[in-house]
Amino acid sequence: MKANNEMNQSTVSHEDPVILQQETFLQKLWSWLFENKVMLLFLLICVGGVAVSGNSASFVIENVAIRFGRNAFTVMSLLIPVLAGLGLNFSIVIGAIAAQIGLFFAVDWGFNSIMGMLIAFLIATPLAMLFGFGVGRLFNKMKGSEMIAGLILGYFADGLYQLFFLYILGGILPVKTESLIIPGGIGIKNTIDLTGNMKYALDEVKLVDIVLIFFVIIAVVSVFRIIAKLKKKEKSVMKDLIILLLAAAVYALTYVPAVEKMLMTSKLSLLNVFLIIAVVGIVYVIWKIVSNKLHPDPKFKALRYIMIIVAIVLLYALTYIPELEKILMNSKVPALPLALIAGLSLFNAAFLSTRIGQNMRTVGQSRVIANASGINVDRVRVLAMIISTVLASWGQLIYLQNLGTFATYGAHLQVGQFAIAALLIGGASVSKATNKQAITGVILFHTLFIVAPEAGKVLFNNAMLGEYFRVFVSYGVIALALAMHAWQRKKKPSLELPA
Amino acid sequence: MKMKSLIDRIGWPRLIIGLFFLLLIIVSPIMGLSLTDVFSDVLRRWSMFGILVLAMVPGVQSGIGLNFGVSLGIVAGLIGGTTAIEMNFRRSGTYQPWADLGLSLLIAIPIAIVLGYVYGLLLNRVKGSEMTVSTYVGFSAIALSNIVWLALPFKSGTLVWPIAGEGMRNTISLEESFGGIMSNPDVTARQPFPLNLLAFKVGGVVVPIGTILFVLFICLLMWLFLRSKWGVAMSAAGENELFTKSNAINVDHMRILGTVISTVLGAVGIIMYAQVFGFLQLYNAPLMMGFACVAAILIGGASTRRATISNVIIGTLLFQGILTTSLPVIKQLMPQGSTLSEVIRIIISNGIILYALSKSRGGNQVEG
Amino acid sequence: MSEQAVLSMKGISKEYFGNKVLKDVDLVVKPGEIHALVGENGAGKSTLMNILFGMPVIHSTGGFKGEVEISGEKVEIMNPNDAMHCGIGMVHQEFMLIPDFTITENIKVGREIGTPTILSKVLGPALDVLDRKKMRDDARQALSRIGLNIEEYVKVAGLPIGYKQFVEIAREIDKTGIKLLVFDEPTAVLTESEAERLCQIMQLIARQGIAIIFITHRLDEVMSVADSLTILRDGELVDHVSTDELTVVDIAGRMIGRKMERLVEVKQSREVQSDEVALELKNFHVDMPGEQVRSMSVSVRKGEIFGFGGLAGQGKLGIINGIMGLYPVKGEAEVFGKKLNFSKLGDALENEVAFVSEDRRGVGLLLGESIEDNIIFAALQVKNKFTRGGGPFRLVNKKEVREHALKMIDIFDIRSTGPRQKTGSLSGGNQQKVCLARALTLEPKILIVAEPTRGIDIGAKRLVLEYLIKINADQGMTIIIISSELVELRSICDRIAIVAEGKVAKILPPDASDATFGLAMSGLSIEEGEEVEL
Repeated sequence: MKANNEMNQSTVSHEDPVILQQETFLQKLWSWLFENKVMLLFLLICVGGVAVSGNSASFVIENVAIRFGRNAFTVMSLLIPVLAGLGLNFSIVIGAIAAQIGLFFAVDWGFNSIMGMLIAFLIATPLAMLFGFGVGRLFNKMKGSEMIAGLILGYFADGLYQLFFLYILGGILPVKTESLIIPGGIGIKNTIDLTGNMKYALDEVKLVDIVLIFFVIIAVVSVFRIIAKLKKKEKSVMKDLIILLLAAAVYALTYVPAVEKMLMTSKLSLLNVFLIIAVVGIVYVIWKIVSNKLHPDPKFKALRYIMIIVAIVLLYALTYIPELEKILMNSKVPALPLALIAGLSLFNAAFLSTRIGQNMRTVGQSRVIANASGINVDRVRVLAMIISTVLASWGQLIYLQNLGTFATYGAHLQVGQFAIAALLIGGASVSKATNKQAITGVILFHTLFIVAPEAGKVLFNNAMLGEYFRVFVSYGVIALALAMHAWQRKKKPSLELPA
Repeated sequence: MKMKSLIDRIGWPRLIIGLFFLLLIIVSPIMGLSLTDVFSDVLRRWSMFGILVLAMVPGVQSGIGLNFGVSLGIVAGLIGGTTAIEMNFRRSGTYQPWADLGLSLLIAIPIAIVLGYVYGLLLNRVKGSEMTVSTYVGFSAIALSNIVWLALPFKSGTLVWPIAGEGMRNTISLEESFGGIMSNPDVTARQPFPLNLLAFKVGGVVVPIGTILFVLFICLLMWLFLRSKWGVAMSAAGENELFTKSNAINVDHMRILGTVISTVLGAVGIIMYAQVFGFLQLYNAPLMMGFACVAAILIGGASTRRATISNVIIGTLLFQGILTTSLPVIKQLMPQGSTLSEVIRIIISNGIILYALSKSRGGNQVEG
Repeated sequence: MSEQAVLSMKGISKEYFGNKVLKDVDLVVKPGEIHALVGENGAGKSTLMNILFGMPVIHSTGGFKGEVEISGEKVEIMNPNDAMHCGIGMVHQEFMLIPDFTITENIKVGREIGTPTILSKVLGPALDVLDRKKMRDDARQALSRIGLNIEEYVKVAGLPIGYKQFVEIAREIDKTGIKLLVFDEPTAVLTESEAERLCQIMQLIARQGIAIIFITHRLDEVMSVADSLTILRDGELVDHVSTDELTVVDIAGRMIGRKMERLVEVKQSREVQSDEVALELKNFHVDMPGEQVRSMSVSVRKGEIFGFGGLAGQGKLGIINGIMGLYPVKGEAEVFGKKLNFSKLGDALENEVAFVSEDRRGVGLLLGESIEDNIIFAALQVKNKFTRGGGPFRLVNKKEVREHALKMIDIFDIRSTGPRQKTGSLSGGNQQKVCLARALTLEPKILIVAEPTRGIDIGAKRLVLEYLIKINADQGMTIIIISSELVELRSICDRIAIVAEGKVAKILPPDASDATFGLAMSGLSIEEGEEVEL
């Protein structure tokens, strides 16, 4: 072996130079501001709008909360396609269509309330899976143009949907409930009133029942894990047993009369919602700190987590301001949708820690590298579309049951538009979208939505103007995001980003 | 063998749609519909859309793809039309309608040039994603125009809601202005010679010869342009950027040229459209017009990278033809089927666009 | 010591559509050996490696002949995954790294470690939860094996190029059972200190028993780091020796070889009379990815046939593309004393310089347009020829165009169905003739042609080269030829400049020795016969 005689050590002799410049705090702040410029701009517009419109704070807060429960799930179904490199899922409309078909038949066959929702869910989900599969396959044929394809596909699907609902149902396919058909003709009428059958079906699920459902899920999972671990003769069933016991304890609590009475309602006041969030947040941070002590992680920054606790405490303290407290106490929102939204956030986070999640992320970053590393790029993309379409269909079910009226021919159209606009307003982009951005975006978008007409009236003496403004905003923000993304993409052509 | 290559050249979609069109024409008289009415309608719709579809050509040739954002030009045209009416509403006379038409164009075209130029600058920054961006720019333009219509301080009775006194109507009648002056025999009859020849009825078929000639004239200008030094340069820019650059042509400038011409044609096109239709339609009416134009030229055989004048003429004929002839037939078959024609339009136009996209994108191109 | 070879490729032959690129080549590498693979452009190095890696391009064009053995066992490598399972890794020239991922994630991409969960027992390993801690440990280990001390949770995006390459290496090392690593021109993108570091790392790896194949043109690196080398030339094995047995000069000479079959009749060697400078480059830089030109200074005399040669990626193609205006340029270029203004697109064309690009299909032609439209394009746009009328209505004069096109088709013998045939459907040779015709329609004073006979059959090659000689003789046109085929340059040029590392290494007469050419190409400017101490 020819070796340099100087080199006897087994490691390279020089010290590694410090390759990372730590950004100064100011630089970090500046870059954060720049990254989130869209979100901040809208924050300003919203604050301005609220101030100008003269709407009362309670009005705004309560309505935003309700709209949040109604819309956030759908917006969050957009996250996974972004992760997988498919960009903004303009064909989310197709998921909504699946939901509407399911809902229609549930109504037609005379089911209501939870049963009806279940039927709708059972029809919509396989349909959405099928549709998602088809869309995914189509996108694989058009890598690089998924967004424009999704856009056009959405319109195309709408055409087929109209064909189905206007001319096939009630015409070729018989419909059970006469009152659903356009009088004197074939095809389904324009609006289906859900009062009495599905309206608020999910909204009205009592807290007691929610707790029960949670308990059942945790119990089943824990039991499975314990059995599996016992079979393998592993020792650490401790953690699972603790969780099981905790859950059982919480459930047992609900039998205490005072607690039971409190939980008989289906709505939570916003004050309680914030309380729950604060408690969960603090528990999470404590758990993170404790688990870091057990398995030290060099990346862990205790300071950051402590600051989170401080922030939570401060924000919660704010709710003690009398006016705010009063508003928050009186605004009541349905609990189950919120629970579902929380569940979806957890799902999104958990997804990323699985192998399939990481594969999806890899595909989203670079198809070439993913392929060279043995990942089946096409399958991963199709899976992303299936998940997204199914989630979108569930989101649409939540939306419709809260709205109470089913606009047969219009409900699904705006979904795509508004959901995507909301996501973008929250600071997401075509290549990156997080739970936080979705939630922020929904809040901002709907605030604007609520105050725009009044603001228009005040500023321009014309409520219509306000409404037109908010439509312009939703188109404009998408155009802006697309343009900015394309601008960036031009600078780095090696990233195979969608268009 | 020869049959197959002929079919390949025509393309399956064109063939299917062409045959369907033929079928509808044959079926119509069988159902008791008047063939002369059918022909009149087809000619009318062709002349309405001709220039709007032509607006797609400079865009495709210069490399910005299918210009979904032609709505910008449409808005410019509508501003021109409404402003012309507002300005002239006090005067009158035989040539009044022509003054309105002329003024509309005079106002609309400079606006279209400016809008087109800015739009072109944007499109140069987003190479590879032109179609996605242009779709949403188009939508935003219409959304913004809604605000404009509401806010413009126009006073003319034809334009504005009578009770409120402000905010423009959704549809503005051009009866007292340039409606039909080149397309409606009833209107042209009232004009002095030779203007009264611009539309006539022959054998029951209404021929809007004035508009048709105008459309063909603009097509001729475009054809000449494409054979000129600049036109050749522009088409090269859309075909191969590096080649063009190596021959001393600035590709970005060519793209802007194409965008501006497309926007201007959009403005002229909507004014012609309104002239034949007899109404200016504001607010969200033109929202999906870009899609109709794209679908038409694709049906005519264009691709996302190359488009010719014959694509325009044939495509408009086929697309609008199908829509026009299907409506009465459907009405006969299904009395409640009034919206079926609209639904068919949505399915066909989006379907053809999807098909064209999948053909040009097949595989792993990183292009939008 | 007769250890068993870790890699033994025997009798490898490969044809691409009748064109033999590898003829009965052997390659043997022992465990822990650093083995260099050298050769000119087109010698077959990349093809040999593609075969080793099972790249799709090999199997979709008819496979190959010969045998591959890994540690004594015969293997069939049909795709990159098979190669990985056989213990072969590759560090590519263009890194396969995801900028937004951490070093750990990049090292473990596609091979993440997960712990099974309930769902994954039912639905498969895709639902395993990632064991990030274990992955980090593995990454740290891989990094330390190559002596690198970076935090493994850092994102790759901010790292300097040298470090990115080291992460690539770490990734390959992390793969279990790696026996052989191939480095493809690794020092091309590195600074001097990074290159040194790389060499040290290679030695570290080799000491751990992993064999290395090291493809490079930098003969000084070969001598300092490699234990042995294989020289390929024109698809054939020339030599397989230990680096102790040869000098740089020897290697260079053998790379070039002795084929002096002249393509055209021996030109009367002449002394170019004129001293007038046609084209002068002063400190000329061109930023063309893959063909960088760095501060080149050279002058070409009027009436000369001047050649630029050198290995691929060394910058010779950057020269023409820079002057054409396709890539950013710094420094000066003067045409007959007049400085070219590169901020003005097409200034070279305006100054009577015409080009034929090396990328016929991508840059040289509008494939969807006819022969005649392609031929007159440049003259139309730059000189307003073939037109009628003026201003915005300058229309193309079809009649003139047709006449001229027919004339050109005749002169160049362009085989086609007529002037209206689309160039996309012509053969490579005929396409090249169209490009040439277009350049000459401009009636330039200087003609720069890149790779004039690439992909053209022998007969057409002669035609093109003879035509170039003719117009040079008849019209005194200065001709600059850029080519990877040294034979071609030595056949017709008066002087040949060899480009290496973005600069002119040497300007040589066509009859200089092979070794001189070889040395110039490897960037070593050692006078032949000089004592070399290495």
